[in-house]
Amino acid sequence: MQLSCPAPILRHETVQMAHGAGGRLSQELTARVFMPHLRNRFLDQLDDQAKFDVAPGRMAFSTDTYVVSPLFFPGGNIGELAVNGTVNDLAVGGAVPQYLSVGFVLEEGLPLAELDTIVKSMAESARKAGVMIVAGDTKVVQKGQCDKIFINTSGVGYVREGVDISCRNLCPGDAVIVSGTIGDHGMAVMTTREGLSFQSRIASDTAALNGLIHAVLDVVPGVHAMRDPTRGGVAATLNELASSSSVGIELDETSIPVQDAVRGAAELLGIDPLTVANEGKLLLILPDGVAATALSIMHAHEFGHDAAIIGRVVEEHPGMVVMRTPFGSRRIVEMPLGEQLPRIC
Amino acid sequence: MRFIDEYRDPERARALLEEIRRVASREWTIMEICGGQTHSIMRNGIDQLLPSNIRLVHGPGCPVCVTPLETIERVLAIASRPGVIITSFGDMLRVPGSTKDLFMARSEGADVRIVFSPLEALQIARDHPDREVVFLAVGFETTAPANAMAIRQAAREGIGNFSELVSQVTVPPAMRAILSSPGNRVQGFLAAGHVCAIMGWEEYEPVSAEFGVPVVPAGFEPVDLLAGILTVVEMLEAGASGVKNAYGRIVTREGNPEAMRVMNEVFEVADRPWRGIGVIAKSGLVLRDAFHRFDAEKRFDVGHIAPQESPLCRSGEVLQGHLKPSDCPAFGRECTPLTPLGATMVSSEGACSAYFKYHRNATL
Repeated sequence: MQLSCPAPILRHETVQMAHGAGGRLSQELTARVFMPHLRNRFLDQLDDQAKFDVAPGRMAFSTDTYVVSPLFFPGGNIGELAVNGTVNDLAVGGAVPQYLSVGFVLEEGLPLAELDTIVKSMAESARKAGVMIVAGDTKVVQKGQCDKIFINTSGVGYVREGVDISCRNLCPGDAVIVSGTIGDHGMAVMTTREGLSFQSRIASDTAALNGLIHAVLDVVPGVHAMRDPTRGGVAATLNELASSSSVGIELDETSIPVQDAVRGAAELLGIDPLTVANEGKLLLILPDGVAATALSIMHAHEFGHDAAIIGRVVEEHPGMVVMRTPFGSRRIVEMPLGEQLPRIC
Repeated sequence: MRFIDEYRDPERARALLEEIRRVASREWTIMEICGGQTHSIMRNGIDQLLPSNIRLVHGPGCPVCVTPLETIERVLAIASRPGVIITSFGDMLRVPGSTKDLFMARSEGADVRIVFSPLEALQIARDHPDREVVFLAVGFETTAPANAMAIRQAAREGIGNFSELVSQVTVPPAMRAILSSPGNRVQGFLAAGHVCAIMGWEEYEPVSAEFGVPVVPAGFEPVDLLAGILTVVEMLEAGASGVKNAYGRIVTREGNPEAMRVMNEVFEVADRPWRGIGVIAKSGLVLRDAFHRFDAEKRFDVGHIAPQESPLCRSGEVLQGHLKPSDCPAFGRECTPLTPLGATMVSSEGACSAYFKYHRNATL
């Protein structure tokens, strides 16, 4: 009988502490999961940094961290969110997103098949958005120290010439445009998490908006402000804009696009769709004279079919967002307090 | 959206408003009992649309608001015990005790989970037989049947690690308390449609007869509320009392007998303290002796609890319709949703919170 030392298991099905320890298992994770999907001329160097040329002028730089539960939800997964989110944060400043870095915090025991799906989605999202993931890092923490996977992405891009987009630029008379139905992402995640099902499926709207944004800016460079209303929803974003510019915003309740299924779910949970997160929607504030042009460009774009003018910037009630109801009355649209709490009855 | 849009139809709302204006010949004060109705009135600005001689005052029907501070302190004390899982509807988590709320307890390591139904809490108990699962059973007659159902189910299955911290209250005794109070201004009531869906409206007939006030079960959408208000005004103008249903698509006189059966099987009537108001005789539901092993109050001895309310808070007067939230000196100053002095500012259904949220500014 021949005796031999047991060889270490290399082909694990789940993430092990050693995958983050910088040794052979780390190499294996890179070779087996990350590189097949993310490979490009920067990552192929396997250096500790990416080196690239930059255009003259201003750069934009942004970072965001993604901790969504569940990782997979109708319409997307955490990987798509992580790429699209940072792309959008750059683009809403009038920047053309170019390069992203990604940092993973993995919980010991995460199935490698799930990680593979997530990384594959990130690669696809980056391709669609026209950006490259050029740097990355992975850490593994013990079971229970994080919720399966946390992803940080940071990104850089160059700022287009001739645009001046800022949350302080709102002027009375400006139109407020939303690029489509609101609340889709947050409701998709919430209903998946709570196991609620409806006749029509609610899917996340996660999308990279740089295409839509630059299509608008090509024709309407004089946009005053742009934001993607993520956490806190349209209510939080418009309150921030109103207060940064010391102007009021008046919304028209009947013109705000909300999918029926999202409205239904929101009614059931006692949550206002205005406060629910979006991951593929854009708020544009621009001079009234160019609103119709911007709207027609958006309607022709795949992520802007349902775009609508939902309100106006006004001089009155500075710092405050006010809703005009279909009944002719008005109410304050408050900055959401924090976590959305379903009501008792 | 079917069953919603037709009750938010601006044309129907306008027609009802016109009719209210036509019918109302003098000043009337009407109380909507339920916090959900208050929320809808403020959200849709119905108070701004009514003629000035119709005054709405907001009732005590917010379960979060009337849950005694003592119950909040008790659940916080239970939450700090090792091995306990606290389960609750979402909006109870932000209600502050003397020093903290359940969110803060969670950040300190307590296991606090939001559920949508007590049956979900029961499932957590099944899934964690080594843990004590406590459900915070608050609410009016709307939540009582499901809360009772969870207890009955736990008893049937012999689930030993499930209990409820019960703070159930009922509407008719509160109406009597309001109508009997010396400063009462309320001349007619909108009864809460969902409470009546369970209980029917028979139980309001004696209150209405005794005090000579009209009581009208009404829904929550703008058209439902306006139809209810119109019915109350018509009855007041005619000098009529009694109960007249304005929520026919949901409410019947008999209510839901099966729901009432399970409530009566598990709960019995008892005196109950209401936050801001005090003890109202026979206004609460407690677990019957046969189910006392599911009573979290008996199961966890957390010692004597004597919480202190803020001396500035006048939520009791707000809850009884004596004071408009915006007339409270602390409103919007010491007391805001981020720094609530009383539960009426915490709950999304609380009158103070609804005022702050939708009409903070006097010009709105």
